[in-house]
Amino acid sequence: MAREDVLVTADWAEENLDTPGVVFVEVDEDASAYDYGHIKGAVKIDWKDDLQDPIRRDFVNQEQFSQLLSERGISNDDTVVLYGGNNNWFAAYAYWYFKLYGHEDVKLLDGGRKKWELDARDVTAEVVKREPTNYVAKPLNWDLRAKRDEVEAAIGVKNLIDVRSPDEYAGRLLAPAHLPQEQSQRAGHIPTALSVPWSKAANEDGTFKSEAELRELYVGDAGLDESKSTIAYCRIGERSSHTWFALRELLGYEDVKNYDGSWTEYGSLVGVPIALGDEPGTK
Amino acid sequence: MSDSCAAPDQDAALPASVDIEKETVLTGTVVNDEGELVQGAYVRLLDGSGEFTAEVVTGEGGQFRFFAAPGKWTLRALSRYGDATGEVEADRGLNETKLAVSR
Repeated sequence: MAREDVLVTADWAEENLDTPGVVFVEVDEDASAYDYGHIKGAVKIDWKDDLQDPIRRDFVNQEQFSQLLSERGISNDDTVVLYGGNNNWFAAYAYWYFKLYGHEDVKLLDGGRKKWELDARDVTAEVVKREPTNYVAKPLNWDLRAKRDEVEAAIGVKNLIDVRSPDEYAGRLLAPAHLPQEQSQRAGHIPTALSVPWSKAANEDGTFKSEAELRELYVGDAGLDESKSTIAYCRIGERSSHTWFALRELLGYEDVKNYDGSWTEYGSLVGVPIALGDEPGTK
Repeated sequence: MSDSCAAPDQDAALPASVDIEKETVLTGTVVNDEGELVQGAYVRLLDGSGEFTAEVVTGEGGQFRFFAAPGKWTLRALSRYGDATGEVEADRGLNETKLAVSR
């Protein structure tokens, strides 16, 4: 897969704001960001209210996803361009959903809101109304999603990539320092997991690094074994979507899964092995 | 506050639960060439070795805030008016820095 198949530049986006069949979608955890200003014509998806099941600890199912996209006026054959804040974490998370539910043509706006803002491009507070559609999602593609038993079985067998900060990896912190929130029972990382913080995959303006830089990062620096399958995880699964995107969509590794249960689940499981400290540890 | 990884509102008052006797807080404002406060600037906290630690977006007051530890930090501001870099030798308590961005 080529970079241009999965990423669009801000210039491309600006030229295609009114192109029929291209739908821009802002995905944020901070809903007020969209209301303050968004790319002209973009509809909003709220990371929490729209993408998580309100009761069970899981994300929306095939029917809920179909209903959400129908309400937003997105069709199965639309080109969907996702962007958001936080260096596109939540946009990458939504991208992963679109792939999980079989949407054909979905792309990320490289750099997201940040690059758009830094370029001083126009945003608007205008309310966007699209006609509802009859979107039909495909059944969830389990080739892209890892569950806890599979993750435990992958210790010492597959590449495990921990994309949290080094302090979270080592077990010195349960969550990023400024966020005393949803936490696991125990600190540390999954034994044998390689530490590659998500931020290393992005430039400071939020755009993804080049494929050559990314390959050097994962294979050269971190020691990812290209002959093996890979599972990425973080704390709640959105930072690891960003890395999943880099590994599968940009570098083209075929078997890459995101473990959305991530450390909040794994670090609360009874009886699973945990490694502490800066080294991956052994099986 | 949401349960995501995103940064909290930068204009909110320091929460009462934060004990600045114990915490090391790096805070300040981003201003442009005209001296105006810059809303929507991206401020990154880099550790002593230059590694990315966190990033927040300034609100209406152009303010940013990080909870860190005593030591050497780098603050990097990116905005539509340009960029700025500041070095901070942080002590326990409040450490204030003004970042003046320019092209």
